[in-house]
Amino acid sequence: MRCAGIDIGSRTIEIVITEKSKIVDCRQTETGYDPLMQTKKLLKGLSYDRIMATGYGRNLVEIEFDSPTVTEIKAYAIGAKELFPAVTTVLDIGGQDCKVIALFDNGKIKKFEMNDRCAAGTGKFLEVMANTLGFDINEFGDHALSAKKDIQINSMCTVFAESEVISLISKGQSRNDIALGLHKSVARRTISMLKRVTTNGMIVFAGGVAKNPCMRDLLAKLLEQVIYVPENPQTVGAYGASLLAQEKM
Amino acid sequence: MSQDYHQMWSDLGLDLDAHDALLDVLSKAYGDIYLSQNHRPETMQYFDFVMSEVHGLRIKELLDEKEQGRKIIGSYCVFVPEEIVLAANATLIGLCSGADFATEEVEQFLPRNTCALIKSSFGFKLGKVCPYLESADLVVGENTCDGKKKAYETLNDLVKNLYVMDLPQVKSNQGRKLLKSEYYRFKTEVENLTGKTITTDALKKGIQIVNNKRKAIHRLSNLRRSNPSPISGLDALLTNQVFFYDNPERFTDSVNKICDELEQRIKQKIGVFPESTPRILLSGCPMAVPNWKLPWIIESSGAVIVGEESCVGERGVRNLTNDSVNTVDELMEAIIDRYFKIDCALFTPNPDRLNHIKEMVEAYTVDGVIHYGLQFCQPYIMESIPVEKVLEKNSIPILRVETDYSMEDVGQLKTRIEAFIEQLK
Ligand code: SF4
Ligand code: SF4
Repeated sequence: MRCAGIDIGSRTIEIVITEKSKIVDCRQTETGYDPLMQTKKLLKGLSYDRIMATGYGRNLVEIEFDSPTVTEIKAYAIGAKELFPAVTTVLDIGGQDCKVIALFDNGKIKKFEMNDRCAAGTGKFLEVMANTLGFDINEFGDHALSAKKDIQINSMCTVFAESEVISLISKGQSRNDIALGLHKSVARRTISMLKRVTTNGMIVFAGGVAKNPCMRDLLAKLLEQVIYVPENPQTVGAYGASLLAQEKM
Repeated sequence: MSQDYHQMWSDLGLDLDAHDALLDVLSKAYGDIYLSQNHRPETMQYFDFVMSEVHGLRIKELLDEKEQGRKIIGSYCVFVPEEIVLAANATLIGLCSGADFATEEVEQFLPRNTCALIKSSFGFKLGKVCPYLESADLVVGENTCDGKKKAYETLNDLVKNLYVMDLPQVKSNQGRKLLKSEYYRFKTEVENLTGKTITTDALKKGIQIVNNKRKAIHRLSNLRRSNPSPISGLDALLTNQVFFYDNPERFTDSVNKICDELEQRIKQKIGVFPESTPRILLSGCPMAVPNWKLPWIIESSGAVIVGEESCVGERGVRNLTNDSVNTVDELMEAIIDRYFKIDCALFTPNPDRLNHIKEMVEAYTVDGVIHYGLQFCQPYIMESIPVEKVLEKNSIPILRVETDYSMEDVGQLKTRIEAFIEQLK
């Protein structure tokens, strides 16, 4: 049976089609201002027997496509568990939120934490900062990795951090060094959330921010353990949703 | 509403436009959240009526009583003993509110990081939209959390007839002594206000009336132990909220009528949600009308609330006052004993609350606890961490939620709560 999982996030929409647990198709697009239209476009020409929606826009799809829904927390847990059977903790940093999910051995959710309403520590924060520094978000991590010096950034709030960055630029600090400082501040915040849940065992890092090499590096260094990143970190939620569609009648 | 009350409101000094706007929002919210529920008990209609007349008929009743010389006392906390008020032939009304109002004006008096409950009491005063507050002959504040303590200093300039009650923070002999002297001081204040000396008979009667209200709620709570739950958490919360406004005897009768219907439902195994629905205990800060946001999210995400560990809930009503003694002083001691048991987070230490949460989890066969902390409420948010630790140690799933009255975080809350409920299934 072909099952579609669709993850409507704040920045991107992903669709994964599976047969049994094997991915047979996978697509991605920007969410934009009309997620429903984007979803329709993305689904065009795809054939599937069942569909399951997740992500913050899941309820849009629920009505339009008569699709059952699942929270991104459960979807990420299921997707990560399939990809890394030994996983105990899933870290997902996406466009507007950051989540840590602890799993029991059988894959059930033990506990989770999620940031509250502000953008601190999320993909959005990094994006705004990359913009302020004039970097492409896709290369932001590489620039940070080539920093020569450690600069401490104190504000976690997007608004205050932006003015802090501007004042550092005007003091003549290098953009790469500032970039590293920003990555470190996000990493520290992420680690404190991880510690509130658990850091024992295997950590799988998913979501758009997992593509950032500097974030992966910092987390591994600061936690002194290997951080596992799926090949396609942004599609873990959609993959999880499609697996769930396989199970559910 | 059955009648046009604009003259009455304008006589009370309300801002009619603002007040109309508030009532519109309230009735829309009530329609969306309450009237849209399925399988409600029919006897809840009484509460629909009460809510539709909450600023109308009920105010008129109070004003008619006032005309007859009865005094109205308003309060912001369950530590203000209704028994004493009733014994002096006065009426006690809860003034807490669960909606933001006149936020910009409020921020001229209070810092932004003040809890929504305090801000909203100011908003209702500054916006001139609360007929209860404007009808009150005496408004009682209490020294509980720091936020309230300092807020009353400011409210004193806005509310002419404010009276502040001091409260202990430790459950020691000295603490009890303080409560005792404050309750006697309050008794004298009420007697002066009403011109009535409180007699043994009147105090006994007052105790019985309040105990009967509490017993009716106990009966309702007991029925909520059944699975499937015969009543939604939203409806049960509403009953607990109306506890603070309605005529006590009529309230007791109405709750008992609901219970009669629920007993029939239980016999026929009729519930508001299927038997397999995860059962939630809500614990934390009080929820005043019309603060229905969190329960609404929970019950529209596939769970049912079966108990409230809250001052608008079991913390507020669980203990009765002993009425079997025979002098005013002995009855006063009984009142002091009863209120001194309230396990509000302002007490330090406060182990009773933790134990009570565990008891409630067992009694109502709860699958998971959602701890509700109002943003910036230090006492309850601080306590939420030990609560979480203890429950986790006992393998009881818990989700800590911090929120306020605004709607901007509904999307995120819904995700967290749905995920929590998925975890319970
Ligand atoms: S929570 Fe504490 S301060 Fe608030 S109403 Fe209850 S007893 Fe009073
Ligand atoms: S909710 Fe918390 S901060 Fe607000 S009045 Fe009650 S105890 Fe004080």
